Amino acid sequence: MEIVTSEFFQRALIGGLLIGVTAPLMGLFLVLRRLSMIGDTLAHVSIAGVALGFLIGVYPIGVGLVFALAATFAIEKLRKAYKTYAELSIAIIMSGGVALASLLFTLGKGFNVSVNSYLFGSIYTLDDIDLLLIGIVTVIVLIAVILHAKELFLLTFDEDAAAVSGLPTKYFNMMISILTALVISVSIKIVGALLVSALLTIPTACSLVIARSFRQSIVTVVIIAELAVVGGLLIAGVWNLAPGGTIVLLLIAVLLLLLTFRRNLRT
Amino acid sequence: MATEFKQIYQPICHQNIIELIDVSFAYQQKPVVEHINFGIQERDFVGLIGSNGAGKTTLLRMIVGLIKPDSGTIKLFGQPIGEFREWNRIGYVPQKNAFNPLFPATVREVVLSGLYGRGKLFRRITKADQLKCEEALHAMNIEDLSGKRIGQLSGGQQQRAFLARALINNPALLILDEPTVGIDVETQQGFFHLIKHMHQHHNITFLMVSHDMDMIRSYIGEEPKSECGKLKFFVKHSHDLEDCVETNLTHGLTGLRQLTAEEKVGVAGWKS
Repeated sequence: MEIVTSEFFQRALIGGLLIGVTAPLMGLFLVLRRLSMIGDTLAHVSIAGVALGFLIGVYPIGVGLVFALAATFAIEKLRKAYKTYAELSIAIIMSGGVALASLLFTLGKGFNVSVNSYLFGSIYTLDDIDLLLIGIVTVIVLIAVILHAKELFLLTFDEDAAAVSGLPTKYFNMMISILTALVISVSIKIVGALLVSALLTIPTACSLVIARSFRQSIVTVVIIAELAVVGGLLIAGVWNLAPGGTIVLLLIAVLLLLLTFRRNLRT
Repeated sequence: MATEFKQIYQPICHQNIIELIDVSFAYQQKPVVEHINFGIQERDFVGLIGSNGAGKTTLLRMIVGLIKPDSGTIKLFGQPIGEFREWNRIGYVPQKNAFNPLFPATVREVVLSGLYGRGKLFRRITKADQLKCEEALHAMNIEDLSGKRIGQLSGGQQQRAFLARALINNPALLILDEPTVGIDVETQQGFFHLIKHMHQHHNITFLMVSHDMDMIRSYIGEEPKSECGKLKFFVKHSHDLEDCVETNLTHGLTGLRQLTAEEKVGVAGWKS
């Protein structure tokens, strides 16, 4: 249990609490617009960036962030080329990211050990710079979401109506993509690139079961994500498990509970 | 005396609300809309009819600024669309299936979102906004549903919720995109009745896209005023302005409330 009071664990806990707010918030907007897979894609691409960062000796999360941002623009470009099959662009960029990552991994065989923590998450590797970056991203996301809560609602609910009301939908879409890229690239060190999208999507899946209003779903996704992150990190710390896996399994457990509970309510 | 009163309040017949000047649009080199010239005047009720693929939706999307025409000019309220900024004068009712039925939003949240235009950027929702929302809910007779999730409502109730959202800004132009698709006949009739009433007694110009000829025939007439390719424009002009001297929503729409209340009893299925 002494692990809980250790410095690295508390760093991970603070970092986890911060992404427990931002990740599900961005996820809510993405899932409701049927873009659940974007989180996964950006995470896979940012892994390629992390690998490159190791290879050339530049701050890996930073390079991952640049890659994730580049991926959002590439997705937008491809979406226009395949208008009616827009999800195709997501699939292409995702496999491109994994392919690039695997190439870069084989180029630098020496760093295989630390790469693991980027794929599955770790509570040992978060340093002060990482934590600072997570903090900055959290502030940016919260400012944007609070400032534009009503526009984001309208855009998510009915994009055409948002455009007809004169809202600059293009810029808002771009804003959502950029914020998502930021959140994902700072989250992968704790949750892991393979699992980060669960932290975006499953809280929203839970809120769709119980929330009636948009306001309620905002509160619900944050509470559920925080419960899973804190619980998952504690379990992972005490039994020395991968934090990403425990967090995601806890999220799924909450979802199953809610689904059963609702069924009981109905019958 | 009555006729004098009427004349004073009737705008000199009548300002152009929408002007289409030689508008063309092609989708992947295939012309969808070609050389359309048409004007919609204040107080017109325009039914835009055409089969699937005739370009109805394309034209509508151009008029609301969602896509740009390849050539030609579109003017809204006399201004070229690129310079037009008063989007709050336009109410927009989407197709019924435009949203996901599981979407977590209450009727009140949806109706209130009609106010979230460009002018509301960086501003809070005020008491006055909440009041407008109550009025719109009241006028459409759905205030008892305001806390329900929008997806739980019946088709007819959803229509009225979207109509309330479109009306919350007290628009001068109401655009309806196939509002009756996927809704049973009785509910459709109730909806048309409501729309007709609004046109006859309130100062709102209507543009309704539809493939439902029956309703258009019964209200506007057999002959289209203008045809462009496969698109037909049916127009009914109205001069009955006696009810809409005041522009505020509560006053302006009290008649509607009575109407929807009657419908509730009169047409079964309209409310359920």
